[in-house]
Amino acid sequence: MESRNTSAPETASSGGALVLAWLFVGVPLLWGISQTFIKALALFNS
Amino acid sequence: MTEASLLDRSRTIAGPGYNRWLIPPAALAIHLAIGQAYAFSVFNKPLGSLISGDPANPAPDDWTPGQIGWTFSIAIVLLGLSAAVFGKWLERVGPRKAMMAASLCFGGGFLIGSLGVHLHSLALLYLGYGVVGGIGLGIGYISPVSTLIKWFPDRKGVATGMAIMGFGGGAMIGSPLAVALMDHFKGSAPQGVAPTFIVMGIIYLLFMQFGVWTIRVPADDWAPEGYVPSTEHDAMITTGNVSADNAIKTPQFWLLWVVLLTNVTAGIGVLETASPLIQNTFSEAAMGTGRGVTAAAAAGFVGLLSLFNLLGRFFWSSASDKLGRKTTYAIYFILGIILYALIPTLGAGLQLTLYVVAACVIISMYGGGFATAPAYLSDLFGKYQVGAIHGRLLTAWSTAGVLGPLIVHTLSEHAKEQNLAGAAAYQNVFYTMAGVLVVGLLANLAVRPVKEEYYEKGPVTIEAGGH
Repeated sequence: MESRNTSAPETASSGGALVLAWLFVGVPLLWGISQTFIKALALFNS
Repeated sequence: MTEASLLDRSRTIAGPGYNRWLIPPAALAIHLAIGQAYAFSVFNKPLGSLISGDPANPAPDDWTPGQIGWTFSIAIVLLGLSAAVFGKWLERVGPRKAMMAASLCFGGGFLIGSLGVHLHSLALLYLGYGVVGGIGLGIGYISPVSTLIKWFPDRKGVATGMAIMGFGGGAMIGSPLAVALMDHFKGSAPQGVAPTFIVMGIIYLLFMQFGVWTIRVPADDWAPEGYVPSTEHDAMITTGNVSADNAIKTPQFWLLWVVLLTNVTAGIGVLETASPLIQNTFSEAAMGTGRGVTAAAAAGFVGLLSLFNLLGRFFWSSASDKLGRKTTYAIYFILGIILYALIPTLGAGLQLTLYVVAACVIISMYGGGFATAPAYLSDLFGKYQVGAIHGRLLTAWSTAGVLGPLIVHTLSEHAKEQNLAGAAAYQNVFYTMAGVLVVGLLANLAVRPVKEEYYEKGPVTIEAGGH
């Protein structure tokens, strides 16, 4: 819990939402990074 | 309950216990989408051969590279202009409505652009991807910034760095996605471009909805647990609040404008020429038969620069939370001047590894400059209208988008006329960019705390959950 204006604790569902939210943006980002990394390897293979 | 009311700021106030770490993914959903703009060049060849069907042999009526290039330029200019124009509106209506507008403009821009491609109308392509899409870029870019700063007063650099990192990552997703889609649709439309635009427009529109519906603003009295604003007075972090209209009357705003302009101009100098730069500097003639940098390896170099552009956004912006913004920018400039001045020597000495390392560090600081700017603004002007002030600062980016390539092309042409080859052909570019960074360093050193006369009088509503 991060708020000083509330006493409600974070729930397990908020933890699950957090994981899903980061997966939603993290998976495409990691895919993009991996594609770029593969391309970048050509520099070291030359 | 109407749809419009769901978009209102008042409907986005976070409830008790809301986890603030949900905000960065919401911001990333927007920035990962609009960051596609930096991958627009993947469409250059297909757009230039819609009639002939053969990029190597364009038909007389095919669009020229220059005509196609304007699409991206218009989008970047509109990014800066719309960020400046719509910044205050964003502060008033809140991030959700702004993100929705950005998603409609950015996705809609693709759809209008696809019609332009289908009808082979350059004007429609400019209007769609350039103007409408560019407005989506500008609104989208600034939409999560002030919200992140309000959620992370203790880690402003980390938070904005994460979001703006997404803009760097967007091109890494957009480029292979576009290639795959064009390949898929090749048989059904010229070069597969028009259907690719339609699919990408829809994908981005939907992807951005995640940000729209996840974003929340903190309640007025919210603060992170255990957060105690520093009692040690740091003169470079204001306790007051300056409006966007007053901010542009201060010398600090214009000094930061020069800081961003010079940092971006210099970085674009490397990015613009990366592929021919490394191929010509480390050519077979210079390195020996079979040892020169090939086109594929040069593409790898460009990819490596993209990775460091992305990593630098997060690394440097996060580091600025510890180092302070002014010190961080001083590092960008001092280290940048040294590296820019060194690169021609490394090229002439055929020091490929050191050359690549130097370029990667330079590009990491280019990305870092973008990501550190919002926190610097928040330190100097307060949280009140930091999104709107950031929007106005981004006109420096638009200016650099014209100035950087202009410097590079002018100096490269001059070198060609003098028959300079290899590393020598680019040395004036790097020395000039080192000079540009000296200007930025001086501007950064001149930044002082904003005078109290510019502060808002009386209490201000930091537009979080205020209304």
